[in-house]
Amino acid sequence: MADVLDVAWATEWVRRSAAVVGEHRMELIDLDRAIGDGDHGENLDRGFKAVLVKLDNPDTPKPESVGDVLKLVATTLMSTVGGAAGPLYGTAYLRAAKVADGPTVDAAGIAALLDAAVGGIVARGKAEVGDKTMVDAWTPAAAAALEVADGGGTATQALRAAATAARTGAESTDPLVARKGRASYLGERAVGHRDPGAESSALLLAVAADVAEAAGAGAAGAAG
Amino acid sequence: MSAATALVLVSHSAQLAAGAVEVAQQMAPDVAIRAAGGTEDGRIGTSYDLVEQAVTALLDGGATAVAILTDLGSAALTAESVVDVLDDDRVVMVDAPFVEGAVAAAVAAQSGGDAAAVGAAARTAIDSFGDSATVGAGSAGDVAAAATDAVERSVVLRNRLGLHARPAATLARKAADFDAEVTLNGVDAASVLALMGLGLTGGAELHLRATGPQAAQALEAIVADVEAGFGEE
Repeated sequence: MADVLDVAWATEWVRRSAAVVGEHRMELIDLDRAIGDGDHGENLDRGFKAVLVKLDNPDTPKPESVGDVLKLVATTLMSTVGGAAGPLYGTAYLRAAKVADGPTVDAAGIAALLDAAVGGIVARGKAEVGDKTMVDAWTPAAAAALEVADGGGTATQALRAAATAARTGAESTDPLVARKGRASYLGERAVGHRDPGAESSALLLAVAADVAEAAGAGAAGAAG
Repeated sequence: MSAATALVLVSHSAQLAAGAVEVAQQMAPDVAIRAAGGTEDGRIGTSYDLVEQAVTALLDGGATAVAILTDLGSAALTAESVVDVLDDDRVVMVDAPFVEGAVAAAVAAQSGGDAAAVGAAARTAIDSFGDSATVGAGSAGDVAAAATDAVERSVVLRNRLGLHARPAATLARKAADFDAEVTLNGVDAASVLALMGLGLTGGAELHLRATGPQAAQALEAIVADVEAGFGEE
């Protein structure tokens, strides 16, 4: 179990994020077609593909902190996504980047990073828990990470708790009426459909935990 | 340059943004208005970079303030992100209906309004969706209560097409140019949207009422415009 997570983890998280968004592209499109404008999967896929291009570009300065990686994600998503997910995720990663400005993050750092991300999403989208948005996934995720950090757990454990809470949070949007975004125009017709942003949030946090666990499964002090 | 407050109109659609610019520009020929519509590769959506480029180009071009209006959710979120990142007091978001707000904002900017005045004008655009009589009722009532030296004039609208966008804008600018509170058929004559909301057709009777230091001059100027058919025909 890694006690702390580093730039290599952040970079691999971004790579796996791009992969998982690509894998679930159609599923996210279908969710968004049901209650939105149908572009969430496509937009996010385009955004994360652009992030990879940027990451692999030899002209991109080598990230020295976890925050550097997150900031690269933020600016690229804002520029390339084209839908609400761009500014929402962009602000989330940007705020998270600001609190993760060192080469590593520990459990408290993960909690702070997620808390900052929630703050960014709420500031940008003005949504609350229960509005059937990404906030329904991120808020419990940040709370779960904080609980693990306060209990003396590792960064990896904090992420796993966050991922589990985000998954439950995403599922909790199924019966809700949307109060924000395009889905709010549907009223009761949105009931029974999962919020696409909450689903993609749960996917991204799940791979964050997967990558952390995979890193910890190697020998301690593995290259990186 | 009288119109130093510039506008950026952000829409999911490049065509919608460009069209809104056209409509607003007609009312405000001296205002710098830029469209930032669609994504960079021409899809429906919003581009952070297009919005940012439009704003910075206007500031570089000498605008003292830039007011941004948006159509739907993600356009607003993207524009807000740009405002956040630029972190420049001269750049403001205006939360208002897109087309009506753009027109109202443009007219306010044309009259030399600063960012706050332009924003306030745009936000009152929502009133144009209600009963237009209620738009001016409050202000007309206030004016009547505040003034005992009101000047009144009646004049017949000569334009065949009635008080459509262009003459309404001309009249509103005229009303705003004088140090006077002017109402037309009970609505604020300085509000182009309130005027258009009256739906006045050719031959309609206009009742003008003004208070304030330049009340008489204001009505004189407006009546002259009306009688000249606003230069149309």
